[in-house]
Amino acid sequence: MSVFDSLRIAVRAIVANRLRSLLTLLGLVIGVSSVIALIAVGQGTQKGVSDQIRGLGTDLIFIEPSAAATTQQGAGALTTTTLTQADALAIAANGNPAIQAVSAHITGETQAIAGANNVGAESVFTSSNYAEVRDLEIALGSFIAPSHDDAGSLVAVLGSRVAETLYPGIDPIGQEIRLSFLAGRVVFAFTVIGVVREVGGAADANDQVFVPITGLANRFRFLYTPTGDLRVTQIDVQTTPGADTEEVKQQVSDLLLFRHNRSDPDFTIESQDDLLDAASEVANTLSILLGVIGGISLLVGGIGVMNIMLVSVTERTREIGIRRAVGATAGDIVNQFVTEALALSVLGGIIGIVIGVVASLLVDGQTVGDQEMTTVIQAWSIAAAFGVSAGVGLISGIYPAWRATVVDPIAALRNE
Amino acid sequence: MSDAPGEAPPIERTDCVPLLSVRNLERIYRLGEQTIHALRPLNLDIHQGDFIAIAGPSGSGKSTLLQLLGLVDSPTAGEVRVRSRVAQDLGQEQRAALRLRTLGFVFQAFNLLQMLTARQNVEIALALAGFPRRKRRARAEELLSAVGLAERLEHRPLQLSGGERQRVAIARALANEPDVILADEPTGNLDSQTGREIVNLLEDLNRAGQTIVMVTHNLEIARRAGRLFLMRDGRIDEVDPGDPRSLD
Repeated sequence: MSVFDSLRIAVRAIVANRLRSLLTLLGLVIGVSSVIALIAVGQGTQKGVSDQIRGLGTDLIFIEPSAAATTQQGAGALTTTTLTQADALAIAANGNPAIQAVSAHITGETQAIAGANNVGAESVFTSSNYAEVRDLEIALGSFIAPSHDDAGSLVAVLGSRVAETLYPGIDPIGQEIRLSFLAGRVVFAFTVIGVVREVGGAADANDQVFVPITGLANRFRFLYTPTGDLRVTQIDVQTTPGADTEEVKQQVSDLLLFRHNRSDPDFTIESQDDLLDAASEVANTLSILLGVIGGISLLVGGIGVMNIMLVSVTERTREIGIRRAVGATAGDIVNQFVTEALALSVLGGIIGIVIGVVASLLVDGQTVGDQEMTTVIQAWSIAAAFGVSAGVGLISGIYPAWRATVVDPIAALRNE
Repeated sequence: MSDAPGEAPPIERTDCVPLLSVRNLERIYRLGEQTIHALRPLNLDIHQGDFIAIAGPSGSGKSTLLQLLGLVDSPTAGEVRVRSRVAQDLGQEQRAALRLRTLGFVFQAFNLLQMLTARQNVEIALALAGFPRRKRRARAEELLSAVGLAERLEHRPLQLSGGERQRVAIARALANEPDVILADEPTGNLDSQTGREIVNLLEDLNRAGQTIVMVTHNLEIARRAGRLFLMRDGRIDEVDPGDPRSLD
């Protein structure tokens, strides 16, 4: 019998047992589509995280007080930070050609209020060079100018989402914005001078408000160390493109150790690459985990096919006996059952791919909780899922097919 | 006894070598401690053009004999020869090939595949023999027309009467021009009128040269065959179909 004959017989048998075939397919469809969709989510998460980190700017090194130095939260943390603006200035003044710009800042959760509108926003107290270091572009007005740094002006630059929420349909430039600190105990009014262009991905910058650190420092004396240095919670160092970031990290670290007069660091220093590595390691683990879950459901689907084929051999003992009596060889029977299992699993694979791809596309860009989902469909995951389902189909067809060949045609044909 | 002449067969025997012959064939079933002698050693020759009926009460061993002749069962001792080849010496695949090309089965329960139409049921045998698709279709239609089912080609077994189903089964058995048709109680599931029609059909086929071996417990039907054998307790005896004593 030709392959087409076998296929025709298989299709007939599948159609003749619609419900059974459908249930078998379901297992495979769920397996294949979940492998594709879960891997797409895993890969999307990975891409989302790395986009977020890349969105912070380019060629950055981040310096933060080490954990030991910041055991306290909120304003308390500020009083114990070991980093100061003088450190940032010293790094910048070092004359290292590998360093392009240095910016220091303090961040704090605040409530931003304008008229009747208010929104929770992260305030970034920084200086005029922050926009350059973090690659922020201005959509409206201007960013903090050096003159604002010097004067300690009470001006604010808004992230795009903050601007939209507080000033819907109004030009925010020149408007008053009030920022409330320490759970509303302290409120200061600022004048809006600019809005940052929306940053892609899930970047924080859209939800931030940028104000000159000097303006704040004049009002919060505790921001100063006893020696008169301004405390900061983070220093960003932008390296010259092509510079060896590991070397720069070492140099900056040495400088800070010297300035802090310590042998062990009271700060952590990490490059963007370090963050990317750490984040993609986490995302990779997530990807693998999701892939394994998908793989298990595929395996279960495959066992379903085997189960159905075995039941079908028992159920169709008579049919097998008739075929044998008419003159079908053992090979013909094996061929028939393997073809049937393969046809089922290939069909399940194809439907699963369609559903998996469609589901991945639907989930892409949806917000779950406050997390925006990103999915990246991988060609290899489609190929692997399809290959596994076809392979599972083949294997789960062979054993029942072998069982079918040992069916005794006489027993099968015994008159009922 | 196998050489004892019965009624003169309608067609002269052209071949001295029997199509099927059985020598000292014995079949013993063992069910736990029990031993059942389904067939005592027996001999039988089936020649080209024979229409043989094997009759006997149930449990007399006639179906066992037919299954051995059909190569779907293996004897405990003795041998079945197809032309001059000893069936037991053949492998599984060769026996399947013999079943396909030299033997045609007709069963009491028809044994048609329910999901296939009459035409497709006949085509299975042709497909297994490697007929190309288009020829298969034409041949199946020709065979079904020959058994009077030209109008029933695309009906499924459940849409056919018992007699029609048996005709489909006969058409399937004839598909690959077998040397012998083996019919196991072909009228067993049919009313007497339809049963007679089926035997008429078998007679017509025999008149056209087809060798037929039919097992039945219905003596009225059995006596219409050219040669009649009676079986009892695993033994076989040829009797004269015209002799009223054979009704005992």
